[in-house]
Parts: sequence; C-alpha cells; structure tokens
Amino acid sequence: MKKENFKRGAKDGIPIALGYFAVSFTFGMMAVAGGLSIGQAVLISLTNLTSAGQFAGLDIILAGGSCWEMVLTQLIINLRYCLMSFSLSQKFEKNMKNRHRFVTAFGVTDEIFGISASQKGRISPYYNYGAMCVAIPGWTLGTLAGAISGNLLPDFMMSALSVAIYGMFMAIIIPPSKTNRAILAVVTGAMAFSGLFSVLPVLKEVSSGFVIIIVTLVTAGAAAWLRPVQEEEGVKVES
Amino acid sequence: MSPDIYVYIAVMAVVTYLIRVLPLVLARKEITSPFLKSFLFYVPYACLAAMTFPAILTATSSVISAVAGLITALVTAYLEKSMITVALCACAAVFVAERLLQLAGCL
Repeated sequence: MKKENFKRGAKDGIPIALGYFAVSFTFGMMAVAGGLSIGQAVLISLTNLTSAGQFAGLDIILAGGSCWEMVLTQLIINLRYCLMSFSLSQKFEKNMKNRHRFVTAFGVTDEIFGISASQKGRISPYYNYGAMCVAIPGWTLGTLAGAISGNLLPDFMMSALSVAIYGMFMAIIIPPSKTNRAILAVVTGAMAFSGLFSVLPVLKEVSSGFVIIIVTLVTAGAAAWLRPVQEEEGVKVES
Repeated sequence: MSPDIYVYIAVMAVVTYLIRVLPLVLARKEITSPFLKSFLFYVPYACLAAMTFPAILTATSSVISAVAGLITALVTAYLEKSMITVALCACAAVFVAERLLQLAGCL
C-alpha cells in the first residue's frame, strides 16, 4: 500500500514539477540578477518551496528590508497554507503519526494540496511523499538552472509551461462540477469573485495571497451554509 | 545595516513552515460540526478556482494564448482526462496559439 500510494503521488507530481520548473527558473534568474549567489538562490527554493512567498522575500532581501517586514510578508502571502493544512489534517488517515505530519507539512503547496484534496477518501502520507519527491526536485533544479543560465528560458517555453499548473487545477475542479451543482456554484462563484478583485478599483490593491484567502473563506463558507454536505461512510454526497 | 542574507532565508523558511505545520499538528481531532465539515469539503474547490482565474489570463505572453490554454483545459477536464493530459494539452494549445500569433505578427 505504501509503495502504491507513493507511486501514485509521484505520477501526479509530474505535471506539478513541470510547472514548477518554469516558475522557479525565473526565480533563480532573478535572484542571481539581484546579486545573490547560485547557492543562496537554490537554498531559498529548497527551504521555502513556495512561489509568491519567495518572490516577495527576494524583493525584501534585495531592498535590505527588516526581519519584521519579512515575517509579516511571508505570513500574509503564505497564510493560505494554514487553511490548506487545516483541511488536509482532516483528509489524512485517522491517527496519522506526528512524524508524518511534520514531514508532509513541508510539502503543503497550492499544487500538492490540490492533488491531495482531489483524492477519494482518506489519504496516506506516502501519497504526499511521492508527489514531494518529484515536485521538490523540479522546484529546486529549476532554480538551479535559472541561476546558472542567467537567461530566461525561451519565451515560448515559459509561456507554455506556465499554464501547466492551471490545467492541473482544472482537471481537479471541473469533473466534480459536472455532477455536483453545489461544487459547480463554488467553482464559478470563486472564479467570478477573484475576477472582481483583479478589476475593481479598491479590491485591486489587495495582495494575491489575501485574495485567495478571502475568496476561499467567503465562497466555501456560503456553500457550507446554503448546502451542507452529508457524510455517508467517508464518502461525501450532496444533500 | 540590513540583516545577513542567511538570516533572511532562515526567517522566510521558518515562518512558512510554521504556517504549514501548526494546523496539521494542532488540529488533529476529527471535526464533527456539520458546518465546518461542509466548509472544509468546499475549501479545495473554492481555493483552486480562485487561484486559477483570473491568474491564468496573465500567465502567458498574450491573453489570446492564455484563453486558448484556458478553453483547452476546460474541455479536456470536462472530458475527465487525467491531470497530466489536461496540463500538457493546455501547454500545447498555448504553444500553438503563440506560434500562430507570431506568424500573424501579433506577438
């Protein structure tokens, strides 16, 4: 079982690694262009494993900001992971050992959370380990490649690879939307809501990390209130 | 004087890890509230949808190629293709769209 879960996770991690490579390539490039060493750029990717947080952190490093500024920025941008971990905590096998919690926590990213959440029923930490074993090298090696090359991947490659992650997300959210009207409403509602944040004057100023948190809380909250789900032997069905 | 680069890196890494690990370690008990359970059931869909749109529109070199990728992903996901197939089809659509745009002189 462990091996199967690990393999499944590794397979689902492939599109994640592809998308990561393009993004972290840019990160590596920007870090070195800003004056960091190749090793430092790679160290940031290896220890942080987060895109928006790293780009924001790099800005602060290059601007020579204070540590408090760094703490606050990371907290705001990455607070969505808190919500994801909270959700995953209910999704992992019951009585999962603490050591698994400490290790899987490191791999809570938008994408790995996405694939874990899309699995049926409870999940084994080995599924996450599989995904992490593919995604983390993708993220780290992308940074290394970008830092060494110092040049952008050809534009057409960057463009094409950067939609990989969104394609994956859609593969997760669209199929259940076909049969569950409540999920369909949540998906379209959340998209419309976050769309508003990108066009309306005042809302436009809100950072992308906060937009995700606000939209998730409001949309999922409204859906839970209007359409509570009933549970039947671990399989959730529409009420 | 601004802090050492390694201090910054350590601060970033520790804050980010704490955000991820605390809920996993502290919120261990199974939640029984129907509202909270339902809320957590909907969280991934709301979260992934909010992250996808409208961010996808600005992910590529042109909105047109992004829309091509978006539509391709929508269709292939609707047909319940696997994650990697949907992702690769979307990449391919963006690639083809940008080549066409380039030929047409729009890019």
